[in-house]
Amino acid sequence: MTARSRKTVGSFSLALIAALAACTSYTEIPIETPIQPKLDVSAFQRIFIAGFIAGANEDVDANMETVRLLRSQLRNKGIMRVIDADTLPLLEIAKQNSGEATAPPVPDQQAVTPPQPEQDPTKAPVFNDEKDLEPYQHIFANVAYWKRIGEEFQQPLIVTGAVLFAPQQRSGFVQREQEVYDPFGRRSVVPVRTYMERKGFVLRPTFIFIDGRTGETLHTETFREEILYNASQQTPALSSYFELMDRLLPAFLNTLSAQKIKGTRTLLK
Amino acid sequence: MSARHLVIGLLLALASASTVWADQRGDAKKQVEFGIQVAQRGLWREAIYRWERAAQIDPTYAAAFNNLAVAYEHEGQLAKAREAYEKALALEPNNALVRQNYDLFKEINDRALQKDGRQL
Repeated sequence: MTARSRKTVGSFSLALIAALAACTSYTEIPIETPIQPKLDVSAFQRIFIAGFIAGANEDVDANMETVRLLRSQLRNKGIMRVIDADTLPLLEIAKQNSGEATAPPVPDQQAVTPPQPEQDPTKAPVFNDEKDLEPYQHIFANVAYWKRIGEEFQQPLIVTGAVLFAPQQRSGFVQREQEVYDPFGRRSVVPVRTYMERKGFVLRPTFIFIDGRTGETLHTETFREEILYNASQQTPALSSYFELMDRLLPAFLNTLSAQKIKGTRTLLK
Repeated sequence: MSARHLVIGLLLALASASTVWADQRGDAKKQVEFGIQVAQRGLWREAIYRWERAAQIDPTYAAAFNNLAVAYEHEGQLAKAREAYEKALALEPNNALVRQNYDLFKEINDRALQKDGRQL
């Protein structure tokens, strides 16, 4: 190849690269998408995270931990004035409330009374699925009770609900990536399907927003998050609880205040 | 009129149409590029104006609709953003960058639309 032809080929290559760059010209840009709150809380100046129906599972007191976490998150974000009061023992209150409602007026009432969720009153029940929570949920519809709580705390927005945090086990095929090397020593990553025993936790909180002025439910929101680890991995339940709560906190906060979601998009020419 | 004249006439009409189209695309491209410059400085409303102009000048310019969608998304105008992304994808269904933007947008939009949770 002569010097001239090399020069021609070089120029042509440069032109081709420039043309390709022009064809695929793009710019990445950071954006912040504002998401409007789901609930209009302008009528409230104070918020009371009252407590949650939650059982005793895996060394995590889901009631206390959820109350503590939500209060601190709301304080950090400056969303309304957070009332710092004792957490309501909702499970006990629901049990008492249920007892009052189904007080046996006749001796054979036992035969028609729905079975009580927990026989041993000194031991907190263990909740493994949604059905276990059902016997206590009437407390959320008790307008008089919540109105009374509202009056006690100067009519705030009350947040209550139920938190199911339970262990789970699952086995089956999972896809994972594996490094392989070809005869020339070149590395590549290929997907491999492997049978695995996995265990972890499921977190299913239901947040109920109650108007402290009337005792009526304004909004209900249910989330579900789960995490699974290799069966041999020992992960503390509390770490898993916080990891799962961390995933759904933005959505919880977005119920009360506008959120900005950061991301990157591509602008084209 | 002979067949030769007809062919010449058609070719001239085609050439003049393609010149008009090239002019339109050139004008629209200027608006798009200026829009990108101002968006990078955070002047998103001006960028929207520029990209809307570009889309008016050349309604087949997918980049203008893509950029407009990004700007609407940034301004929280999610319904308009969806419309603009869908227009961009209709114009260029195989454009991976527009598709990627749209997929990211959908995640946020779905979250915003999830107004009510399930009742206990």
